[in-house]
Amino acid sequence: MTEPTALGGALAIVLQGALVLSAVLTLGVGYRVITGPTTPDRVVALDVIGTNVVAIAALYAMIAGLGLFLDVALVLAIIGFISTVTVARYVTEGDIIE
Amino acid sequence: MAGELATAPPGPLVSLAVVALVVVGSFFLLVGTIGLLRLPNVYNRLHATSKATTLGASSIALAAWAYFGPGGTGLKALVTVLFLFLTAPTGGHMISRAAQRMGIEFESGVTWPGRAGETPDAPADGSESD
Repeated sequence: MTEPTALGGALAIVLQGALVLSAVLTLGVGYRVITGPTTPDRVVALDVIGTNVVAIAALYAMIAGLGLFLDVALVLAIIGFISTVTVARYVTEGDIIE
Repeated sequence: MAGELATAPPGPLVSLAVVALVVVGSFFLLVGTIGLLRLPNVYNRLHATSKATTLGASSIALAAWAYFGPGGTGLKALVTVLFLFLTAPTGGHMISRAAQRMGIEFESGVTWPGRAGETPDAPADGSESD
């Protein structure tokens, strides 16, 4: 993909390994989404999935060398925060927009 | 087409910084996920995830900032770090307050810090205004 860097390709290996680790961790968080006993457990797990996908987008931006994916990370962080606040408000108040 | 858009791979010093930040970030993501899967309570899980996962994602975004350079494209990674630090505590606070208003029990034997005799009552008082 990219030429080997001065570190002898260690950068590419570390980036790919971190990408695989983040993907496996995100799948593991899915267990808590499915079997979380209460609704806030599921909301917390979905929030963690959103944060992990931000990390995955930043890692892929570095692997591909495309700064475009940093926009993806930023927008995903914004959407994850809005969805978390929305669900917390829906659980507490019963409606979202008064 | 993607070749002319792609950023050139960085030099050795920047590569070393990127590797270190990515390793630290992956460690924090791992710790946060283990905490989410193994801790017993929604409050304990929030304690694990809202700090460790934020640090992990922010560290990886800092690595992207080091990779893409201090200005222009890399600045978006820095904005992501700032945004994560602002919103993750807010979201965690709102989820825990919603959980307490729903009446989810605390762990047995939990006391307020500094007041060893008082245990927090699970049902929310509901008297505080937003």
